[in-house]
Amino acid sequence: MKQEFTLTVYTENQVGLLNKIAIIFSRRKISLDSFNSSPSEIENIYRFTIVIRETETVVKNIVRQLEKNVEVFKVFYNTNDEIIWQQIALYKVPTSVIMKDVKVERLLREFGARAVVIRDDYTVFETTGQDDEVDNLLKELSKYSLIEFVKSSRIAIIKSSEGVHKKVLDMEKNDPTNKPINNEFLNHKSMIFEM
Amino acid sequence: MKTLELDKIEKAGRQPISTTGSLAVIDALLSESVTTIFGYPGGAIMPIYDSLFGFRDKLNHILVRHEQGAIHAAQGYARVSGKTGVVFATSGPGATNLVTGLADALIDSTPLVCITGQVFAHLLGTDAFQETDIINITTPITKWNYQITDATEIPEVLAKAFYIAKSGRPGPVLIDITKNAQLQLFDYIGYRPCIHVRSYRPNPIVRPEYIEQAAKLINEAKKPFVVFGQGIILGNAEKEFQSFIEKGNLPSAWTIMGMSAIPTDHPLGVGMLGMHGNYGPNFLTNECDVLIAVGMRFDDRVTGRLDKYAKQAKVIHLDIDPAEIDKNVQTAVSVWGDCKETLPLLTNLIENKSRPEWFKEFEIKKEKETTTVIEKELNPTEGGLTMGEVIQVLNELTNGDAVIVTDVGQHQMVACRYAKQNKTRSNITSGGLGTMGYALPAAIGAKLGAPEREVIAIMGDGGAQMNIQELGTIMQFQPNVKILILNNSYLGMVRQWQELFHEKRYSFTDIQSPNFVQVAKAYNIDGRQISQREELREGLKQMLDNPSSFLLEVAVLHEDNVFPMVPQGKGVAEIVLSKEEI
Repeated sequence: MKQEFTLTVYTENQVGLLNKIAIIFSRRKISLDSFNSSPSEIENIYRFTIVIRETETVVKNIVRQLEKNVEVFKVFYNTNDEIIWQQIALYKVPTSVIMKDVKVERLLREFGARAVVIRDDYTVFETTGQDDEVDNLLKELSKYSLIEFVKSSRIAIIKSSEGVHKKVLDMEKNDPTNKPINNEFLNHKSMIFEM
Repeated sequence: MKTLELDKIEKAGRQPISTTGSLAVIDALLSESVTTIFGYPGGAIMPIYDSLFGFRDKLNHILVRHEQGAIHAAQGYARVSGKTGVVFATSGPGATNLVTGLADALIDSTPLVCITGQVFAHLLGTDAFQETDIINITTPITKWNYQITDATEIPEVLAKAFYIAKSGRPGPVLIDITKNAQLQLFDYIGYRPCIHVRSYRPNPIVRPEYIEQAAKLINEAKKPFVVFGQGIILGNAEKEFQSFIEKGNLPSAWTIMGMSAIPTDHPLGVGMLGMHGNYGPNFLTNECDVLIAVGMRFDDRVTGRLDKYAKQAKVIHLDIDPAEIDKNVQTAVSVWGDCKETLPLLTNLIENKSRPEWFKEFEIKKEKETTTVIEKELNPTEGGLTMGEVIQVLNELTNGDAVIVTDVGQHQMVACRYAKQNKTRSNITSGGLGTMGYALPAAIGAKLGAPEREVIAIMGDGGAQMNIQELGTIMQFQPNVKILILNNSYLGMVRQWQELFHEKRYSFTDIQSPNFVQVAKAYNIDGRQISQREELREGLKQMLDNPSSFLLEVAVLHEDNVFPMVPQGKGVAEIVLSKEEI
């Protein structure tokens, strides 16, 4: 049975890794409902949070394919009841409409939204929550001349996980190599030879 | 190995010396004990070639005629020698010409380090002359790839490349080096091989409880059956594997990639698996009670229809790559790890049982295949020559000691079905990707990787024309490669399918060939064309006895089919022995 799974992928911070991860899904024609990259609690280690709708068998195989990547440390997959997850959404509404209609204020309080920008011409509200909460407010605000809406990808914390912090620190202890140096020549045309 | 650069560093009192990036590349190759490089120069890799010039005595560079030839040659080299194949190519078209070989090496787990030149770092993304985004192009077809834009990265990244290519489940690595990095002077402190990458776990830790569970299943089995793949060869575990099957008295069948891991006439060897494998091992896969898969990956050509594959059996899967476990076939017990380590542990715990009835079933099936298929293929008395009888006579002349390099198609299936092979690493073929044009360059590499062995490239008339330019490489570098073309004037395997499944509509499978012997002669390679049964033995003998390379073209039956066959979409037990059964 297909259901929503959240994958948490711990990786090295390296150029091109986003592509290396994304193509594992695109090769199998699996669309991503949400894709987020973020630093982790450990310096130089990134975490990707990916949401897909698939069967557990497919997800398990994908997890192993992801872990096969040389720069991937560890991948976790979880169903929604195993994680705490949030998204952030922004809504742009004409200020004039809001000024006129007090209902909007009440509505915002109800949905736990807050104003981040208030200008003469428009106001931007922000809300944090899961799909339902974000979408319900969207539905309500569309009645009040909503100008623009945007929703972030999902970020999630695994309820039972102790993180990979310790694990990664152990790995680092065994690692005799230094980290790669970023290229400085990309921006210094004059310093190098021309053919 | 002490290299020139290291020597200088030592003389300088272990102080860093100022070196160019391209010299650091050469130093890395020497430090990794590389002796042979297959490549083709061009603008963006010229500094590396310039540094190579001074080391021609230490590094044997084979100038191929096409970069695809270089990478297939490196594959052949790696497959016979167990070493990592090294390829040089320039940016743009040089790099893109490697693509087929990279995909082939990844799916067949062949260790390669390919070094491509790239335009100057500041030109990246500007559509510069011969610029192509080879990193993103090759991401899905390499085990690892990396672009170097600064010379200081060269020693460390190349060390990592060699480590990743060879460790765990081997595979191809591509390192793209921008021209500025090749030319750049930097403080070099010498090369240190890589032994660890923190996010990379090539050797899973062996869990003894799974070994015990596996041994218990095998000991309780009435009809155990071993299927094995290239993992045994890649893990250098041929002896360990042989002890395992001999102690347990286990019938064992190989995949095309596992062929030659045990001698083909080993008493416990029951033949080849797969679409055109032997009748018994395919059929009896669905009769065994415990299926022990060692270093193989349940390719669809081996399993046929998955929902009809070994459903009655408990499956034990030994593999080094965790991603292969449960990928296609659900296992009862999975034994992760290097089979050189896991097999002896398992051998210790299993019992020797005789199982005469179970072996009898393999014999009955073998007899049936022999009378309906094999006898006609190997010992025909009239009509045109069959591919099988060519292989049969070749077996008699080489006694199974030659390295057989095959291309892709009917001749490949026939050669792998009938070739006798005594030694490991004798079967070099494009198994997973099915790359036509593989055999000729791979044979060149194989000869360089195992100069003491006889190397025979067997190909069809189609595949022979796909990398025929590599005759030029043979002309120039003189590897003693025997070229055997089995010419049926068709793209035979596709024609066979058209005959069996498309009502004989031979859509563009009748292919015309040049006079191969004359083409060879133009390259200073001697050759001969035969078409009569009486000439066969003598023709093959002439080819083998020739002191240098020789091309033998054998005209075989035009519309012969390879049987048995597991038709696509059918289960392994639905294997057929003739076209009447389809």
